[in-house]
Amino acid sequence: MTDSRPPTPVEPGPPTEPGPPTGPDSSTGHGSPATPGSPAEAPSRFSGVLREITTGNAVISVLAVVLALVAGGILIALTDPGVKAASGYLFSRPSDTLQAIWTSVSGAYLALFQGSIYNFSRPDFASGIKPFTETLSFATPLIAAGLGVALAFRVGLFNIGGRGQMLIAAAAAGWVGYSFDIPFPLHLIIALLVGIAGGAIWGGIVGLLKARTGAHEVIVTIMLNYVAYYLVAYLLRTPGLLQAKGSSNPKSPAMKASAIFPDLFGPNYNLTIGFILVIAATAFVWYLLNRSSLGFKFRAIGENPHAARVAGIDVKNMYVYAMLISGGLIGLAGANQVQASITTGFGSGIDAGIGFDAITVALLGRSKPWGVFVAGILFGAFKAGGFTMQASQGVPIEIVLVVQSLIVLFIAAPPLVRAVFRLPAPVAVTRLRPSKISGKKAVVTK
Amino acid sequence: MKLELRGITKRFGALVANDHIDLVVEPGEIHCLLGENGAGKSTLMNVLYGLYRAEEGEILLDDVPQHFTGPGDAMAAGIGMVHQHFMLIPVFTVAENVMLGHEKTNFGGRLNLTAARQQVREISSRFGFDIDPDALIEDLPVGVQQRVEIIKALSRDAQVLVFDEPTAVLTPQETDELMVIMRQLKAAGTSIVFITHKLREVREVADRITVIRLGKVVGEASPSATNTELASLMVGRPVELTVHKDPKIAGEAALVISHLSVIDHRGQLVVNDVSFEVKAGEILAIAGVQGNGQTELTEAIMGLQPRVTGSIVLDGIELRRESTRKVLDSGVGFVPEDRGEDGLIAGFTIAENLMLDRADGAPFVKAGALQLGSLAEFAEHKIVEFDIRAQGIGTHAGKLSGGNQQKVVLARELSRDLRLFVAAQPTRGLDVGSIEFVHSRIVATRDAGTPVIVVSTELDEVVALADRIAVMYRGEIVGIVPGTTPRDVLGLMMAGELPDSAEAAA
Repeated sequence: MTDSRPPTPVEPGPPTEPGPPTGPDSSTGHGSPATPGSPAEAPSRFSGVLREITTGNAVISVLAVVLALVAGGILIALTDPGVKAASGYLFSRPSDTLQAIWTSVSGAYLALFQGSIYNFSRPDFASGIKPFTETLSFATPLIAAGLGVALAFRVGLFNIGGRGQMLIAAAAAGWVGYSFDIPFPLHLIIALLVGIAGGAIWGGIVGLLKARTGAHEVIVTIMLNYVAYYLVAYLLRTPGLLQAKGSSNPKSPAMKASAIFPDLFGPNYNLTIGFILVIAATAFVWYLLNRSSLGFKFRAIGENPHAARVAGIDVKNMYVYAMLISGGLIGLAGANQVQASITTGFGSGIDAGIGFDAITVALLGRSKPWGVFVAGILFGAFKAGGFTMQASQGVPIEIVLVVQSLIVLFIAAPPLVRAVFRLPAPVAVTRLRPSKISGKKAVVTK
Repeated sequence: MKLELRGITKRFGALVANDHIDLVVEPGEIHCLLGENGAGKSTLMNVLYGLYRAEEGEILLDDVPQHFTGPGDAMAAGIGMVHQHFMLIPVFTVAENVMLGHEKTNFGGRLNLTAARQQVREISSRFGFDIDPDALIEDLPVGVQQRVEIIKALSRDAQVLVFDEPTAVLTPQETDELMVIMRQLKAAGTSIVFITHKLREVREVADRITVIRLGKVVGEASPSATNTELASLMVGRPVELTVHKDPKIAGEAALVISHLSVIDHRGQLVVNDVSFEVKAGEILAIAGVQGNGQTELTEAIMGLQPRVTGSIVLDGIELRRESTRKVLDSGVGFVPEDRGEDGLIAGFTIAENLMLDRADGAPFVKAGALQLGSLAEFAEHKIVEFDIRAQGIGTHAGKLSGGNQQKVVLARELSRDLRLFVAAQPTRGLDVGSIEFVHSRIVATRDAGTPVIVVSTELDEVVALADRIAVMYRGEIVGIVPGTTPRDVLGLMMAGELPDSAEAAA
């Protein structure tokens, strides 16, 4: 999967950042053959496959997670030094090996649980539940960005520009956050709104280009990721722009306290009102998609752009609106990064790969708002628990990322999951199409 | 060669597509397989051709049981298939297409085209086809392409030929020629299975008729049976084949189209300087073989074609440069040709589909929010009014039968105040019962004083519905004739000729 990465000499992203499970590589593999058609005619086969992958049923999601955890367990066992030692004398005492496998795998997953949900080794509930609040705070930007990607999916758009949209949003919100002196709630709100607007504009450009010129959003979003990354990197490196005064690091000044999201449960926990915001965002997206006229048109286009067009829906405009809202949601994630996660000043890696993780979250959540919410929390748990796994059990953090990537892989291949669990093939919502007479021009000569 | 199918049963999950079907085709016999869409004819033939594996039953050729694992086996055993959608490669020549799959090669793997050409010449002279082996398929008319398919099958020594809905793409004249070819093949000893749902053709050419309904053989009929008898057998109840229609009370010209031309996305002129008008309270049928510009003409009216010149005036208002939204708002109802692709959203519920082109304002949207209550009420009402057979308004459109899907489209379009109704191929792929229903609604719309345009490639439908008939050929209107024009005249017009008698009548 990752081997298809094009040999770009410049890989945007700081080396410290964990590689995104679904990088631009996997997506370009999909996207590049799709020819940019005229804006009016959507790429039908690509969008059909996309629709199948993004809006399949929830059982597949759950089973994909189970499969990925099993595969992850195997990898944990294989990489565990204790297992390796015991397997040296496998045939004389096989029980030792099994014992070692059990110890390593159960230990690792227990650590994952304790690092992400509840730590039983703590004396009281207040400190025992701290891992779960960590999970939620990791989940916050994932959910916001996941909602953005999911919304685009529902309109039949593959927004893999999360990174660029987050970077622009973070830079915009961050700039407002450190450079102005505005009283507390107002400063926070302005910074947040500017961040959302930044993401929305960066996303809206994509929608506009697709609608007006027929450019394929996959290519445009990838390229805008680069543009945003290097633009922000330049701004951070150049004195007088975003760079902190008196510093030579490519890093902005720290945020003013008045622009920082307040903690939800006091200073002992990292969870901020950002989480409340994403709950609201989830409810908003649910309402938008399921109860509003705009969402109805979005879904119509996502399901069948041809019928939507025939029904008088302005497909082009809808692409622009959808990308604006999608970018805005991802912008919320970007603002959350600078206003809650990292308030000491941001670098050009502020997106932390969330823009790409969001694709995974949206896929796992089947592009449904509350599905994305749950998937975001699961991924937050992986992030929070991954560190504990590494620290207490010596499981490489890469294994956690492998598990995440495997989830996507299994989701993208529903027949594989069905084959493993011997599920029947779904009775697809087929289009009972009338026998279509060959598309060729059929003219008769006499 | 004698073909026998014994107790063939094919299931798809809970659906029994073929239920213990027995069929015997004697050597040199044209055996007609008659049934509605979805009756299981094509499934049966795919079993015969090795594309599906039957759960039960066996296939015998000259009383020898056969076990086909794929079309290759079936072909080797002497079964040939002429598909509805031609399996030809457009950029290859006739000879190349004929040899495709069993290419003979010379030294070094070089294709032996000479042998293939020879084979094409030999077979086509045997049947008087007159086909140039070196012609490119894409340059050939549809009827000739079909002959290439026949040659392809015969070149593999097919003793049993299956024709799957072969007349769907042909003009009436070409259909007649195909009938002649089928009789020739029969005389040469080939057994023919002829799949169709068109009664007229069946009676003309068949030696024996087997009628299939809902996956079961419901009876045999002789070619001397009347249309009504055959239709009743096919549908399982008495059928009214004629459309009840009062004489028209046409009013003023409501839609005036003048000098309309359309250039499609490939840059081809697909509608060429077309002018006509439709009066209030009349049905203008646009007849013609598929692909002669009818589709683009209706799309141009709906604002779905970007490059249109000329004018489209409805009740004095120019619609040519307007958006689809505006055209719909002007009171144009539209049943698109391909309902699965353009008319419905398979993943949406019936209710959602019913509001598809009314997602902007009252009664279903208020202040940007969907009014699910009034939508549900509306949908419940329409399900009854249009006799849509479904579990409920929440059923996904993709799970409905073709007839019920079309009723959803009709219910949506006819529930608005219409000033023009455009129906493209309104009954394509529908069962006889649904056709009756659709036709009666179209006539009712006309009787309500709405101008109606019906585009159809089925001559039966055109003749049944039309007050006037415009025949299109290669993007142009050959002529506009009264609804009473005889079929053979219409047939000639569909091939681009305007007989003097038709001209006089127009």
